[in-house]
Amino acid sequence: MPAEFDISQIQNIIDNGIPHCAEIGVKVHEMDVEGVTFSLPYQERFAGNPVNGVLHGGIITTLIDTAAGMCIYARLKQYMPIATLDLRIDYLKPATPGEDLFTRATCYKVTRQIAFVRAIAYHDDPEDPVANSVGTFMLKSSVSPPLNLAGAKKGAGS
Amino acid sequence: MTVLTDEEFVATIEEAKLTKDWARIFNTIPYFSFLGLSLQSSDGALICVLPEDRKFIGNPTLPALHGGVVGAFLESTALVHLLATQEVTRLPKIINITIEYLRSGKPVETYAEAVITKPGRRVANLRVEAWQGDRARPIAAAHANFLVS
Repeated sequence: MPAEFDISQIQNIIDNGIPHCAEIGVKVHEMDVEGVTFSLPYQERFAGNPVNGVLHGGIITTLIDTAAGMCIYARLKQYMPIATLDLRIDYLKPATPGEDLFTRATCYKVTRQIAFVRAIAYHDDPEDPVANSVGTFMLKSSVSPPLNLAGAKKGAGS
Repeated sequence: MTVLTDEEFVATIEEAKLTKDWARIFNTIPYFSFLGLSLQSSDGALICVLPEDRKFIGNPTLPALHGGVVGAFLESTALVHLLATQEVTRLPKIINITIEYLRSGKPVETYAEAVITKPGRRVANLRVEAWQGDRARPIAAAHANFLVS
């Protein structure tokens, strides 16, 4: 895999290789060794508060979890099976109804077996986040042939 | 989305508790409807159920549920537990959640139960566990804090 990621190829992997991300409409904006930026357009069906339409925390968790995993591949510049060990999310303020939600995830430390990730979720200002998160991931978690970033050129199911 | 007032929302929750018609809670909250959640109550325990659905898959090769869905399910179970068992004057607000992923979740029907570890006046702390075939082998667990007043 080249050092630079082809955003349209990554978007294609998400749309065709990760059913839940395709379902909710995750969009890729940036992906390099420094980290990844993804977004999710606001949708009423993800509201957790029927009074004001504020997004449910769970959909924010999903966007962050997705980006957190991908930023490890970006940092390692290769795909390998990984498993989330834990993920902590602080909800700093309610997401604004009607606004797209962005997430920026960075893998700030990798050891032989473990990757450590930081992520935030925000609308337009990363300095004023909706949520802050840290997570740890186990590397090479599985021997089964995985959803393969590098293999995406060969098409789904390869 | 049907927009409710605070009063209408609290009234809906009160009605659901009175009639034990928990579907009212799930129908009221759009994201719960999206997840297709339901609640089973047996012997006083409230078990939340996430149905089998292809749209929840994160890794089609294993295959496995998306970790975000598992986390969302745990958070939802904690919130439903608060709504169903506590005096609620407004929708509790999630402060934080720590999710531990214990096993890969298969794309099958999944269950979760929440326990209130501390029912504070302002903040409630809950522990939630999710499992599939075997309750003794949970796929994930979480601790969450909610602002309740």
